[in-house]
Amino acid sequence: MQLNKLKARAETAQVMSQLVLPKDDIPASDITIAGNTQRELQRESRWRAVANWLAVNPKVAFGLGIVGFFVLVTILGPIVIQHNPNAFSSDVLQPPSVRHWLGTTQTGQDVFAQVVVGTRVSVLLGFGAGFLATVVSVVIGLAAGYFGGLVDDMLSLFINIFLVIPALPLAVVLAAYFPFRGPLPVAIIVTMTGWAWGARVLRAQTLSMRRREFVQAACASGENTFRIIFAEILPNEIAIVAAGLVGTVIYAILAQVGLEFLGLGDVTIISWGTMFYWAQNNEALLLGAWWWFLAPGCCVALLGAGLAFINFGIDELANPRLRRERRVGPRR
Amino acid sequence: MRHLLRRSGFYLVALWASITLNFLIPRLVPGNPAQVLIARLQGRIDPRAEHAMEVAFGISHASLWKQYIDYLSNLVHGDLGISVTYFPTPVATVIGQNLPWTLALVGTAIVISFVGGTLLGIIVAWRRGSRLDAILPPMLTFLSAIPYFWLALIMLYFLGFVLNWFPLSGGYDLSIAPGWTPDFLLSAVQHALLPAITIVVSSIAGWQLGMRNAMMTTLSEDYVLMAQAKGLSERRVMLTYAARNAILPNITGFALSLGFVVGGALLTEIVFSYPGIGFALLQAVQNSDYALLQGIFLIIAIAVLGANFLADLIYVALDPRVREERS
Repeated sequence: MQLNKLKARAETAQVMSQLVLPKDDIPASDITIAGNTQRELQRESRWRAVANWLAVNPKVAFGLGIVGFFVLVTILGPIVIQHNPNAFSSDVLQPPSVRHWLGTTQTGQDVFAQVVVGTRVSVLLGFGAGFLATVVSVVIGLAAGYFGGLVDDMLSLFINIFLVIPALPLAVVLAAYFPFRGPLPVAIIVTMTGWAWGARVLRAQTLSMRRREFVQAACASGENTFRIIFAEILPNEIAIVAAGLVGTVIYAILAQVGLEFLGLGDVTIISWGTMFYWAQNNEALLLGAWWWFLAPGCCVALLGAGLAFINFGIDELANPRLRRERRVGPRR
Repeated sequence: MRHLLRRSGFYLVALWASITLNFLIPRLVPGNPAQVLIARLQGRIDPRAEHAMEVAFGISHASLWKQYIDYLSNLVHGDLGISVTYFPTPVATVIGQNLPWTLALVGTAIVISFVGGTLLGIIVAWRRGSRLDAILPPMLTFLSAIPYFWLALIMLYFLGFVLNWFPLSGGYDLSIAPGWTPDFLLSAVQHALLPAITIVVSSIAGWQLGMRNAMMTTLSEDYVLMAQAKGLSERRVMLTYAARNAILPNITGFALSLGFVVGGALLTEIVFSYPGIGFALLQAVQNSDYALLQGIFLIIAIAVLGANFLADLIYVALDPRVREERS
C-alpha cells in the first residue's frame, strides 16, 4: 500500500518534469521513421504519466473534467443550438419535459437553449476577466516585491486598500455609473475589483525570491530589470500565478453573475447571470418555476467547484504537507 | 503599541481612499447620469438639497478641490444627499433604518460561520486521512462555489415555498407592530433564520479550508509530537497545542475575506426581500438612485474596515510576538 503510494508520487515527479522539459530536442535532419516512432512512444508515455498523475489526484481529474466540459460547451454550444434561444413560444412556464429538457420561461423561451448559449458569454467573461486581473496582479505584485523600499510601501498600501474595500459594493457603484452596459464593462469592473488578492501573495513570494542567489547573480551580471523580473523570477512563481488565476476566475464568475443578477449587465444578452435577473424579475419562485433558476445556478456551482478542485491539486503540489498520502505526526 | 498605531494609520488611509473613490467615480464618468436625475427633480426639492446633490454628484462649475472640500464637509455633517427612491427622505435616514437589520443578520451569520468553520477545520485536520476528511472538504468546496443568492433561491423555494417551514420574505410579520415585544422578536428571528442559514452554508467552507491547512502545518511540528509523548489528552493537544497556534492565519483570513462575504450576504438579503442594506441597494440600482448607492457603498466600506480593525485587535491580543514589540 505504502509502496504503491511512493511509486505514484515518484511518477508524479516524473510527469512534472516531463510537462516542463521540452522534448523537441531531436535535430531536424534525424526525423526518420524511427525518429517518429520514438517521438510517438515518448508522447504516449507522457500521456500515460499524465493519466497516472490524475489517477492519484482524483480531485484534480474531476476538476479538469468539469472545466473541460464547460470549455467544450462554450465552443460548441451556439453551434448545436440552432434556433434563437430568445424566441417566444406558446409553451409558457412548462416544467422540464422531453420537448423542453429544462422547461420554459414565462414567455415560452427554452431554458436549455438559454443555458447552453449563455455558457459562452459567462465562461468567456469569467476567464477573460480572471486572466486580465491576474496580469494586473503579476505586474503590481512582482514590482512591489522586487523593488522594495518606497515603491513597495506605496504599492503594498494600494494592494491592501483594495483588499479591505468590499469588492461587490464597489463593483455595483462602478457598474451603475458606467456610460453603457454589457459584457465589456462587467469584465473591466471585475478586473478592477479582483486583482488585489493575487498581488498580495505574489509580492510576498517575490520578496523572498529576490534574495536568492540566481537573482543576485542576474543582477550582478547586469541583466536589465525587466528581464530579471519577468524571465528570472516569474517562471519560479508559476504555481502561485496559476493558483491565483484559478481563484480569480472563480471570483470573476461569481461577481459577474452577481452584477447581472442585479440588472447591471446587458439584460438582452443571454448569460447565466441575466437568466437569474429575468427569473427574479418575473418572480419565478412564486410561480413555482424552480427549473428557471436551477440550471444556470448548477452551471455556476459546477464550474466553480471544478476550478476549486484544480486549485486543491495546485495547493498540494506546492505544499506537500497537505497531501493526503503523507502521514506524519499524530494520527488517530 | 507601535503595531496598533500603524494599523490604525492604515485603516484611516483606507477609509480616506474609500471616501475619495466615492467622490471621484461620478466625476470620472463622461456624461454623468446623475445630471439627468437632478434635471428631473428640478423644482421638486428645495434649493439647498439640490445644491447638496450637485456637490455629491459633481455637477458644479467650482474647482475640483472646492468640490472635494464641500463633499467632505457634507460627509462630516452626515449629509449624504436625498434618496430618489424614498423621496424626499435623506439617504442617511434610509441607511439608518436598514442598517440594524443587516448588522444583526449578517453580523450574527458571519460570526457563527467563522466559529463553526474554524472548529470544523480543526476536527477535519485532526482526523486527516479519515472518511470525514475525504468527504467534508470537497463537499464544502462545492458549496462555496455556489453563488449566495442562488443557494438563497433554492432554500427559499424548497424550505419556504414547498414545505412552508419558513416565511417567504421580509424581516418580520407585518401584522405585528415593531418594538421590543416577545412577539416581534420571535417573528424577526423566524424571518432571519433562513437567510442566516444561507450565509453560513455558503461562507463556512472558506474558514474551514483555511483552518484545516493551517492545522496541517502545526500538526507536524515537534511540540505537538512532544505534547503527545507527554501523554496529554487528545483534546488538550488538539485545542491548546495545535489549534491555538494555527488560528492566527485564520484570523487574518477572516479579515481579508470579510468584504467578499458581506457582498454575498447583500445579494442574499435581496432574494429574501430582507429589509436590510442589500435590499436598499437593489432599490437604488433599479431606480438609478445614485445618492443612495454611494451612501450604501460608503457605509459598507466603513463597516468592513471597522470589522477588520477589530480582527487586528484580536490578533494583537492573541499573538504575543506582536505584543512584545512594545518593549
